Amino acid sequence: MKNYWKIFYNGIIPGNPVFVLLLGMCATLGTTSSAYNGLMMGVATAAVLICSNVVISLIKNLVPDKVRIPAFIVVIASFVTVLQLVVNAWLPALNASLGIFIPLIVVNCILLGRAEAFASKNGIFASLLDGLGCGVGFTFALILLGATREIWAPERFSAPQSFLKITACFSSCSPPGLS
Amino acid sequence: MKKLASTLPNMLMSLGAITIAAGALLGGMYSLTKDPIERQAAEQQQAAIAEVAPKFDNDPEQMKWETTIDGNPFTVYPAYMDGKLAGAAVRGVSMNGFAGEIVVMCGFEADGTVKDYRVLQQAETPGLGTKMETWFRDPTGARSVIGKNPQTTDFHVTKDPGGAIDGITAATISSRAFLETMRNAFEAYRNYESQNAGK
Repeated sequence: MKNYWKIFYNGIIPGNPVFVLLLGMCATLGTTSSAYNGLMMGVATAAVLICSNVVISLIKNLVPDKVRIPAFIVVIASFVTVLQLVVNAWLPALNASLGIFIPLIVVNCILLGRAEAFASKNGIFASLLDGLGCGVGFTFALILLGATREIWAPERFSAPQSFLKITACFSSCSPPGLS
Repeated sequence: MKKLASTLPNMLMSLGAITIAAGALLGGMYSLTKDPIERQAAEQQQAAIAEVAPKFDNDPEQMKWETTIDGNPFTVYPAYMDGKLAGAAVRGVSMNGFAGEIVVMCGFEADGTVKDYRVLQQAETPGLGTKMETWFRDPTGARSVIGKNPQTTDFHVTKDPGGAIDGITAATISSRAFLETMRNAFEAYRNYESQNAGK
């Protein structure tokens, strides 16, 4: 029992996907323009993570080692597509605010990372708990970042624009020859 | 259960089974969500018509008029008030965007002045071309198309000869496609007007 708690807790603090593992930064920076967007993105990612972890743990012995990565990616991509269809059909507002970042969950390192590091080596229930833990940890981190950004710079800090500003700043600040 | 060895037949079988299962799942989900997604799109379109067209008391969707301009389908949703043509919402399409179709609902007053617009569908570069929803209503400089008449204002980007609308910075292709949709929508509206004059 204590062991299971440890697996669940690991994703929240000791192995938090954002603050400790620094995975999924693209989605993290892109969607945390508000706490609400962060929460939604976290829940969406967590849903896919839990499903993919369970399925990958279920099929781990049927997948030969050499083709495990494409097999895992197919599983993850299927769940992301299902999620996108569901969001399109029943949650159009969410689709409008997260947009491109929903299909991009496929390439979120957290999903493949947990599949490779945990689900492909552990049982179904443990993988479920790991997915749940990491999902909660990810959501928690996104809400925290989103809330911080909302308080400090409401509306001004939209992701693509700030990205452009940062790159423009770097290219103008770096000494000639470096850029 | 022992893990399958990495032999060619095993790999083929394993990947094949997984992709077939994934395909079946996606096919099932697609047919399950098809109707709600279509309903959402229809609702969105209805809302867009009401937002961009002048005040009307008819049912624009019932009176819709379809035409083809430059090989793209255009649909005119005429807005009548007290039996007189008050303008229209025109659903226009352009295939010349940076990535995929651009679908815009353009609203015109009776004389063809642009009242408002909504971008219904686009897949332009996030952060650049995607700005079209807000850019062309921004009063800064010559960005806005709202309140301008394609008859008297040249709806081309200022980079092009004669153009009178500021294109989106770093997204000229998207801007050209957007303005093309606007021009063609205007033409579609004019065609509708001349065909239905005196009715």
